[in-house]
Amino acid sequence: MTENGKASSRPTVADRGLSAAIAVDHLVKVYKQTRAVDDISFSLPRGSITGLLGGNGAGKTTTIAMIMGLVLPTSGRVQVLGHEMPEESASVLGRMNFESPYVDMPMRLTVRQNLTVFGKLYAVKNLADRIARLAADLDLTDFIDRPNGKLSAGQKTRVALAKALINQPELLLLDEPTASLDPDTADWVRAHLERYRRDNNATILLASHNMLEVERLCDRVIIMKRGRIEDDDTPEAIMARYNRTTLEEVFLDVARGRANGAKEAVR
Amino acid sequence: MTDLSLHRGISLHRIGAMILRYWYLLLSSWPRLLELLYWPALQVITWGFLQLYIAENANFFARAGGTLIGAVILWDILFRGQLGFSISFLEEMWARNLGNLMMSPLRPIEFLLALMVMSLIRLAIGIIPMTLLALFLFHFNVYALGLPLIAFFCNLIFTSWSVGIFVSGLVVRNGLGAESIVWTLMFAILPLACVYYPVSVLPVWLQYVAWALPPTYAFEGMRALLIEQTFRTDLMLEALFINAVLLVASFGAFLALLRSAKRHGSLLSVGE
Repeated sequence: MTENGKASSRPTVADRGLSAAIAVDHLVKVYKQTRAVDDISFSLPRGSITGLLGGNGAGKTTTIAMIMGLVLPTSGRVQVLGHEMPEESASVLGRMNFESPYVDMPMRLTVRQNLTVFGKLYAVKNLADRIARLAADLDLTDFIDRPNGKLSAGQKTRVALAKALINQPELLLLDEPTASLDPDTADWVRAHLERYRRDNNATILLASHNMLEVERLCDRVIIMKRGRIEDDDTPEAIMARYNRTTLEEVFLDVARGRANGAKEAVR
Repeated sequence: MTDLSLHRGISLHRIGAMILRYWYLLLSSWPRLLELLYWPALQVITWGFLQLYIAENANFFARAGGTLIGAVILWDILFRGQLGFSISFLEEMWARNLGNLMMSPLRPIEFLLALMVMSLIRLAIGIIPMTLLALFLFHFNVYALGLPLIAFFCNLIFTSWSVGIFVSGLVVRNGLGAESIVWTLMFAILPLACVYYPVSVLPVWLQYVAWALPPTYAFEGMRALLIEQTFRTDLMLEALFINAVLLVASFGAFLALLRSAKRHGSLLSVGE
């Protein structure tokens, strides 16, 4: 359903949606005069890790928010785990989770209390065991009974990740998951995400400005600019197409409008 | 939070999780607990002494002993009931936690039911000591009203929830810039609901407005009980009917405002 309350036409997304973790079809979001997201389509297979790249205002957060059902599209369709969003969100919200710098965990509650509340919201079975497991995996044990407001930025990020994993989601949406982490902890979180994906065949969509992170984690990259998809391929194919050795160089080419020139030069 | 839908059952598990969340918060913060006790106690002491003074100097009020202090207690049920509901909601805005809840399987109706339960818990913490103060300091036993007290309480708490649901919707849609409405809207009802005086005091045209508000029936009913020793069942049933309409309307307004917030992207920036 779109913001006008009308179901849009049903093109190819229905076919892709059944097998895809996320299927986005001709998605548009207009805020007054601004086209924040401008007719984008993509489909993410289950078990994949995809990086969503783009400068500030490229439309990444709005796209993720529409996938989560927090923002209604102006037109176009989103299917998550085979269900229409937001109409069938009740069927999928328990099977997905997210982490974003736009939200916090309640500050006065301890880490254990926060994880208990969210575990109950997601109807997690054997919740105490699950929390103990996450605490061990994400190294939360030393501060699990400390209020969230008294944690360092890095500790808070790990707690937010624990909350995002509390229900063992099939689909994980991450917005800057390693922001404010020191390189060692960030590397450790990436390793954890890779392991989680592998062990659970989970799908991860990751918005990040950390190009090294995207190169390491993602088997596919979608580059957005001014609400549109500028490129969509494996990191290796994209770097080859732009004749660059790092995604950071590609990102700068796209951000500074050198993208077409770079691609032409390769041809 | 599941989008606007009411299909499938309501989960007591998720409602319980939200109540647990607010309970943890209350226990973690003594200023929050103290605030629940402080204002009701202050109210009943101030107005209780005023009632004592009036009772000593006016025969009518001496006969109608308790109308003033009873009105204060009932008004606090209405006002604190709404605040209890709305403050629990605001805690999510202040904590920037609304996005987490919106993305969880929690449904709007479950969220609102949890807020209603929390308003009862917060109200109990504030009002029970207040009624005991009234009893020991001014010999006014609100529990002596008996079964009618339940009718007054229900009608007042239903109205407080309706107002709480509506203003929560306004805050979802407009962000914390609309927070002041949470604290002030109920005061707009104060003169019209005839808390401290009978409806007949108002100009005739304003009496129609007063009778559109369920609390008016509760306060008139209380005065009828204390002054004439008559329980006006008719007033309580009429108030119940208006409350049912208000509750449905406020829930509809909340859903409409939530949808509007999703359309405008307000949920991504819930600040000022």
